[in-house]
Parts: sequence; C-alpha cells; structure tokens
Amino acid sequence: MKPGFFLKESFRSIKRNALPSFAALASVLVTTLVLGVFIPVVEATNGAANDVRGRVLVDVDMTTSATPAEVARVRGELQRAPHVKGIQYVSKQQGYEQEKKRNPQAFALIGYNPLPDIFRITPDKPENSAAVRKELDQASPLGTRLVTDPAIAAVQNRQAQTNQILSATRVIKITMALLAALLVLASILLISNTIRLSLFSRRREVEVMKLVGATDWFIRWPFVLEGLFLGALGGAAAIGLLALAKVTLVDPLADTVKLISQPDMIAFPLLIAILMACAIAVSAAGSGISLRRFLKV
Amino acid sequence: MPATDNAVPQGRDRRTRDLPPPGRERRRGEHAATSAGSRPLPPPPRDPRDTVVEFRGVSKLYGPGGVGLERATFAVRRQEMVFLVGPTGSGKSTIMRLLIKELEPTDGRIRVAGRDLSEIEHKKVPYYRRNVGVVFQDFKLLPTRTVYDNIAYALQVTGTSRKQIRATLPDILRLTGLSTKLHNYPHQLSGGEQQRVAVARAFAAHPPLLLADEPTGNLDPETSIGIMQLLYRINRAGTTVIVASHDNEMVDRMRRRVIELKRGRIVRDEASGLYGAREENTDELGERLKREAT
Repeated sequence: MKPGFFLKESFRSIKRNALPSFAALASVLVTTLVLGVFIPVVEATNGAANDVRGRVLVDVDMTTSATPAEVARVRGELQRAPHVKGIQYVSKQQGYEQEKKRNPQAFALIGYNPLPDIFRITPDKPENSAAVRKELDQASPLGTRLVTDPAIAAVQNRQAQTNQILSATRVIKITMALLAALLVLASILLISNTIRLSLFSRRREVEVMKLVGATDWFIRWPFVLEGLFLGALGGAAAIGLLALAKVTLVDPLADTVKLISQPDMIAFPLLIAILMACAIAVSAAGSGISLRRFLKV
Repeated sequence: MPATDNAVPQGRDRRTRDLPPPGRERRRGEHAATSAGSRPLPPPPRDPRDTVVEFRGVSKLYGPGGVGLERATFAVRRQEMVFLVGPTGSGKSTIMRLLIKELEPTDGRIRVAGRDLSEIEHKKVPYYRRNVGVVFQDFKLLPTRTVYDNIAYALQVTGTSRKQIRATLPDILRLTGLSTKLHNYPHQLSGGEQQRVAVARAFAAHPPLLLADEPTGNLDPETSIGIMQLLYRINRAGTTVIVASHDNEMVDRMRRRVIELKRGRIVRDEASGLYGAREENTDELGERLKREAT
C-alpha cells in the first residue's frame, strides 16, 4: 500500500482526463445544488403541513349546568381516554371573553353568557380525532348520540374541516416524498452514468493493468481517490453557491417573511455536512463500484 | 516502415554487445548455450523441475460447438523457445489466454513451474501474472503514459520502489533499444517501437516465462525480424519464451521448436534439432533471417 503513489496516480488521471473529470465534477455540483435547495424546501413544507395538522382538535362541550366537580370528573375521564395527547380547558368565562372580543355587538345583544365549559382535546395523531370522538360519544342505532358522561353535552370534531386538512396535507406530503425520491434517483443515475462513461474510456487501461499483474485494489485506489476529490470539489462548489444564495436571497427575506424561518427548518451547518458527505461518498463509492465490471478480466 | 527506423535498434544492438551486460543476464545466456549444445535433441521432459509449462489433455470449449482447444498435451522446458503456429482460430491465443489464467480450461490440467493453475485462487491471480510476461499483437500500452512510465508500471505493480525502478530500467531500455524514446508517448512511436516497449514491459520484472501472442502480426517483415531478435535475446538470457504466430516462414527461419495447431488440435510438434540449428548469437540470427527473407 503506497498512498503517495495512489495519490499521484489519481491526480495524473484527473489531469489526463480533464473533460470526463469536469463532467463528473459538474454533475456532482448540479445534483448537490438541487438537493441543497430541495431539502430545506421539503423541510419547510413538511413543517407547514404538520403545523396545520396540529390544529385538528376535538371539542368536548359540557352541559351549561355542569358543576366544578363534574368538570373535574370529565377531565379525569378524558385523561384516561386513548389517543388523547393534550387537554386544554376553556371555562365559560374565558370563552365568553374570547368570543366577545371577536364579535362584541352580537354578545352585547345577547346580554348573558350562553357558552358552556369546553375541553379542547389534541389527539395524538390528527387521524385519530374521529376515534377520540367515538370514544366519548357513540352513535346509537337510532342516529342520536349517546354521550358517555351525563355532564358532556356534545363532542365535536369539525368533521369536514378535519378531513380537508388531513387530505390536503397528505397530498402535499406524498408529493414531496415522491419528488424527493425521484430527485435522489436522478442524482444517483446521473452521477453513476458520468462515472461509467469516464471509466468506459479507460477500460483498456484497466485491462492492461490487470495483465501486468496489478491487484484489484491497486487499480481501484486511484479511481476511488479520484472520485473522492471530484466529489469533494463538486460538493464544495455547490455548498459555496448555496451559502451565497442563503446570504444574499434567503436571509434578507427571513426578516420580513416569517414563513421561511419556520421552527423545524434544517440548520445550515447540518445541511452542509449532509451534502458534503453525500457528494463524497456517492462519487468515491460510485467509481469504486462501477469499476467492478471492468476488473473482471 | 522506413529503413532508418530499423537502423536505430540495429546500431543499439551492437553497442549493447560491446557494453558489459548485466552480470546475471550474461551468465544465464551462457548456461543456455552450453546446455542446449550438449543436447542435440530436446528429450521429453523427465525431470518435472525442468518443465516450465505443462499441458495435459487440456480442452477449452467456447459455448456449444465452439472448440478452442482439444485435448492438447505438450510440455515446455526451462529456457526453451517455442513457436505455436496455425491459422486463426486454431487455438494459439486460447493457449496464451489459458496460460495467463484469463480463461479456465474446460478439461485437463495446466501446470506452470509445477503449479496447477486451477489451484490458484482468484485473488492470487495478479501475483501469478507477475511471473509471466505477456506481449500482444496490438501492444496494449497505456496511452496516457510515457515509454518510461509504461515500463515502470509493471514494476510499480509489484511494489518496487522508485529508486529501484530508476536503477533497473536503463538496462531494459538498452536491451530493447529504447533509450532515446524514454519520454515519448506511445502514439508518438512507430509500430515496431511500440512493440519493443511492450516487450520491455513484459520483461521488466524478469519473469521466468514470456508469452508473445502474434508479436509481429501488425508489423512489416523488417521490423518483425527486429522483434524476433529481441525475443531471442531474452530467451538466451534465460527466459522461457512461447511465441504464437501465423507467419510460418518466419517461424521456420527461426529454427526453434514448433507446435502446430489446427482447429484446436496439436498436429505437429517438431523440435529445433530437426533443423540442425546451432546456437547463434542475436546478430547472427538477425543476419540469417534477413538473408533468408530475400
């Protein structure tokens, strides 16, 4: 094992095969760039979708005459019920003040507080809101509802709204996942094809090396190192461009538009690390593996 | 090929003879001369240690109906120079490719230096190939490397240090008459020169066995003689040489052992003794080849 020799060999072959090397570098650059833009976009979209899904709630309305003891009892029942993640209690008074703020004239006309005490329940998963409702409020064969606790007047999960939110976010998530899969596939195909092409032009060279008695790894090391350099170079260039775009385009926007700085957006250093690792690993492994065909002499 | 082109190696050859050659080469050459001189006819090998290549009932089939080689049995002794002749498709190249373990025989056993080739596992093949020099019709040089680097690569593969390579290469370059072409790339050389580089590379690690598959197939008669002289010189330096060629005339003129193949079968195996050849030196051989060619 002679690292110096392999290093020299790989540099020499990059120099001697400038055009294929450049093509490989460019394809790594482009795919890394696209991935670098796409990953934050997916993250932001998913974050937004999750945010919307978090708004799926089940309201448990108490009877207007419910006593504090009954409220406490229902709270206990709710805490024991399955699929319940969070319980928020909105008392009559709180609800009245909120609603009055929103619609003062209407409440002035009414003159009293018609609202019941309410439990706002967050289900563990948005899809389980119906299950939560069913648990507390079963449909009878006659079409009326049988409430499990006499102190509960009604259980509402805003069926139509919930369904809309669920289907819309599901479509967005699936689309994004599909796009991401396609993009990764395209990058792998593009890079492996470029590597294959540049190796194909050198298969004779490999053949000769084998005939002289070079071991597989003696032939392979320079190729792997070459892939590693080109991958690192392409990755670094792409990250440089991304950083430039972030500083000049995204950062100024982030101050004015809050959407872009969503809480669960991926951190830039982490993104850089992931992209760099991918670029290097894919190109180095790609050259090493693509060579296998030609090594079978 | 212009005559001047051939004159360069010719001149080189003479100079080489005047210079004190590397000691090991000289001694081996003399040994070869005396041993061959004391034996008018090469007897079938009795001593297994003296056998470099041994084919026993070797067959090679390429798919259904394609016969590459059919029950070939022969042995090549140490320091022998053997020619395989026959038309295309007669099995010459198959023997060569079997010998470098590029192909596996369908049947039979091949031994090289006493070792059964089928016992060499896949991972060890490169190490085996380092002991067998190979020369091809199409030279198979690395196009992106200079003459020096092409030959040096064969040594780098074996882990030879750069210092050692620098020390040994000039001898090989002088032997092959390439001293002035060191820094040229293969495409800047004539066919004959490229083949010389290929021979130099095959011989760089001083393998005990050298195979040449149609080494003169792409070359004109004049240049071919030069290459044959070179192979002859390498043989006299102690290396067993097997040459495949369809150039029957050239082979006959060489007056060495000839194995003739036809459709995968050995139809003739004549020792050099039938021609009554005595040991010539390289220049005498060259002179005679040229004389007989005209």
